Amino acid sequence: MDRHHAAVAPRSRRGGAWFALVPLAFLGVFFVYPVAAIIGRGLFAGGSLDLSSLADVLTDPALRHVLWFTVWQATLSTALTLLVALPGAYVVSRYEFPGRRVVRALVTVPFVLPTVVVGSAFVALLGDGGPLGALGLDQTVWAILLAHAFFNYAVVLRTVGGLWAHLDPHQEEAARVLGASRWRAFREVTLPALRPAITAAAAIVFLFTFTSFGVILILGGPRFATLETEIYRQTAQLLNLDLAAALTIVQLVAVLVLLVVAGRLEGRQSVALRLRAARDTARRPRNRRERLVVGVNVAAMAVVLGGPLLVLVERSLHPPGGYGFDFYRALDSLGDDSVLFVSPVEAVATSLRYAAIATIIAVVVGGCGAFALARRRSGALDAAVSLPLGVSAVTVGFGFLIALNEPPLDLRTSWMLVPLAQALIAIPFVVRTMTPVLRSIDPRLREAAATLGASPAKVWREVDLPIAARAGLVATGFAFAISLGEFGATLFIVRPDTPTLPVEIFRLLGRPGPLNVGAGMAASVILMAITALAILSIERFRVGTIGEF
Amino acid sequence: MKRLLTLAILVVALPVAVSITGSITGSITGARTAVPTAAAAQPTTTITLVTHDAFAVSKSVLQGFTARTGVKVKVLRAGDAGSALNQMILTKDHPVGDVFFGVDNTFLSRALDEQVFEPYDAPGLASVPPEFQLDPTHHLIPVDHGDVCINYDKKWFAKHDLAVPQTLDDLTKPAYDSTLVVENAATSSPGLAFVLASIARYGEDGWQDYWTKLRDNGVKVVDDWTTAFEGDFSQGGNHGKYPLVVSYASSPPVAVYFTKPQPSTSPIGTMLDSCFQQVEFAGVLAGTEHRAAARELVDFMLSERFQADIPLQMFVFPVRDGTPLPPVFEKFAEVAPDPLALPPAEIGANREKWIEEWTDTTLR
Repeated sequence: MDRHHAAVAPRSRRGGAWFALVPLAFLGVFFVYPVAAIIGRGLFAGGSLDLSSLADVLTDPALRHVLWFTVWQATLSTALTLLVALPGAYVVSRYEFPGRRVVRALVTVPFVLPTVVVGSAFVALLGDGGPLGALGLDQTVWAILLAHAFFNYAVVLRTVGGLWAHLDPHQEEAARVLGASRWRAFREVTLPALRPAITAAAAIVFLFTFTSFGVILILGGPRFATLETEIYRQTAQLLNLDLAAALTIVQLVAVLVLLVVAGRLEGRQSVALRLRAARDTARRPRNRRERLVVGVNVAAMAVVLGGPLLVLVERSLHPPGGYGFDFYRALDSLGDDSVLFVSPVEAVATSLRYAAIATIIAVVVGGCGAFALARRRSGALDAAVSLPLGVSAVTVGFGFLIALNEPPLDLRTSWMLVPLAQALIAIPFVVRTMTPVLRSIDPRLREAAATLGASPAKVWREVDLPIAARAGLVATGFAFAISLGEFGATLFIVRPDTPTLPVEIFRLLGRPGPLNVGAGMAASVILMAITALAILSIERFRVGTIGEF
Repeated sequence: MKRLLTLAILVVALPVAVSITGSITGSITGARTAVPTAAAAQPTTTITLVTHDAFAVSKSVLQGFTARTGVKVKVLRAGDAGSALNQMILTKDHPVGDVFFGVDNTFLSRALDEQVFEPYDAPGLASVPPEFQLDPTHHLIPVDHGDVCINYDKKWFAKHDLAVPQTLDDLTKPAYDSTLVVENAATSSPGLAFVLASIARYGEDGWQDYWTKLRDNGVKVVDDWTTAFEGDFSQGGNHGKYPLVVSYASSPPVAVYFTKPQPSTSPIGTMLDSCFQQVEFAGVLAGTEHRAAARELVDFMLSERFQADIPLQMFVFPVRDGTPLPPVFEKFAEVAPDPLALPPAEIGANREKWIEEWTDTTLR
């Protein structure tokens, strides 16, 4: 390190520490404290510390099997997701083709759909009598893996594609000119540049599938159990808080190890890159081969991601006796005499309001975390902001109940619980989408600005902020979409009756009769449309900002 | 940067605008439907009713209660029946509400052991038949009952020229191979109820054999009621393969009620031999600061008005003697005169052991 570096670095390190306070304070109050309370209740159930349940978890064959299956399915799901989504990320970030923006936006829709909706779409697709029923995948581990790939495709496409679109293609071209094969140029030039993003995406997908809940329950059937479903069962159904605490600790440790390892890898792989505006790097496919590559990939996305969604749309438009909008009309009239009736318009408004609040919280808190992490690598902070993904929604929800029970923090019956729970889930995504981009800012830019006499604040404003804003927009879109579709965390806790759209869908699908189910499908289609719209508009602005940059 | 700002404003302003419009229309419609009575003049108390996700009541019925008593009711939902009760147990030192509705007979003894409720000798109990009064200490007051039964698809059996099974024994016969879908007893309340039905019928020593036979005869186990009924049942939304499903005695009328135009017969029948008694209770949460108002709400739940409202809101049956049923229930519901049942204390003592044993027999 030369002296110049040394002169700039300490100042920015101090800045990093201040930024870190925001996420640490937020997580301390709304995550660590409640979770510690519920774990403590379990471990001190008999009045004194009792770790025998922890020993049970590690020795009981049934529980060890749960642990093994959790790791195994998450590994396979992550591999499968990378396998199908990386070619998609390539095509979408490198080629200009009609409808590219729409494709980019639509692939995100599955990610934010509530699991209950995806579950019923997959059951309709794979179950007996469905278009793919003959394959016999229903209630097999394949149904779980496919659904995980369906859900997490967007994580890979957006995280990896987001960086890929800004890589300077000239570097790979230069390698080709110097005689490298296409594969070698990719392996030695592009892949090293992409590796931090691929690692980040793989870590998120692994975390998500490791802690997957709804998919396992709905598609796996009762024969498959993961740590997460077991924690739910032991907490919510059996109230065996000691065993639940032990399982939670095991899951936490596993997630922490994963996060630290992934963080180290990302750190080691991260290189400062010269980023280019996306519109300079993408081009129209030039020959038949390239057109074929684009065509095959877009077609694959349409089948894998579009298939289940189309089944949903079809069923929402198919009341008994021919096609029509009966189910959509039913949505506004079914049970409107009930005290708990909410019109679809109200549910949409509630959803949007909560998602907006959750997004603001997540972007502020997560953004501060990302700045801190970009300034100074900290395995502890990195792991801390991602931990909410590794803890069951039931644990957090039940923790809220016993921890936040005294004024001024008696939030147990407040509507604020819902956006807070949603923000907890969205914060890790904000941090993980923003940090790699912030880290890849070339330090020479900052140094140049400082040398030219800019104050640290000005350096930050002129160099970091524009790039951060771009990453922040992607993160905002993600956070908003996640909050919009989130329902796991909010379903398990005591909550005032202002249901969001996903909760309303869950309620409709849980009642008998074709009208209720049909209305549930119709509501799912509405949620899908709103999500697609939200992402499309953010996508539009995103490109605009880069154009300015 | 300007565009960024515009976007930020949009993201924040749009939902806020929507919600403001929503609350304005809400207050307009609210004003239109509010009952303008003397209630406004009385000092109003607001009490909190905590319940599970399936709770529902007509607006007009609940507004009637508020108009008459001046007590406003805030409804909180807390997940499914089991998880809702567990949350009450967890918070019994700092209760989140005043009244809880939704303890069923399979959870009754746990609720009593944990001392979540305080006793109340509700006068309305005089009109409730003794078979529903499962708590002699009156901590928990019966409100509704809805038996868990096997439903069958009438068309399927006609088409396959097969007699509808009449008894639980019939289900183990080769003719009914791969016809029944049930829910996981560990995660679903109808799933557990059907296991309890088999224990009530075959006894502590015989029920696991029965499940071994069911398993050999291709019973399908799924995790929840929705997947079983809508996904796998041949009369469900997905037109699955299984003509028999563990569901409720109320499914036949409900299927008619939610089909347009209404058919003249229900496509679903109930296998009466399979029914297991399920009764739901309400109680005043111990530690309430509004005891009088909480008791008024419990009384109201036993009143004719509330009881008559139950079938089409929650799709179960009223417990109060002589409550008129809506025509669709009158016409299409079949109720087992003497459903299978187990004493709540026995269920409470063995529940977890039975679930473990059932899981071992049926799933592993």
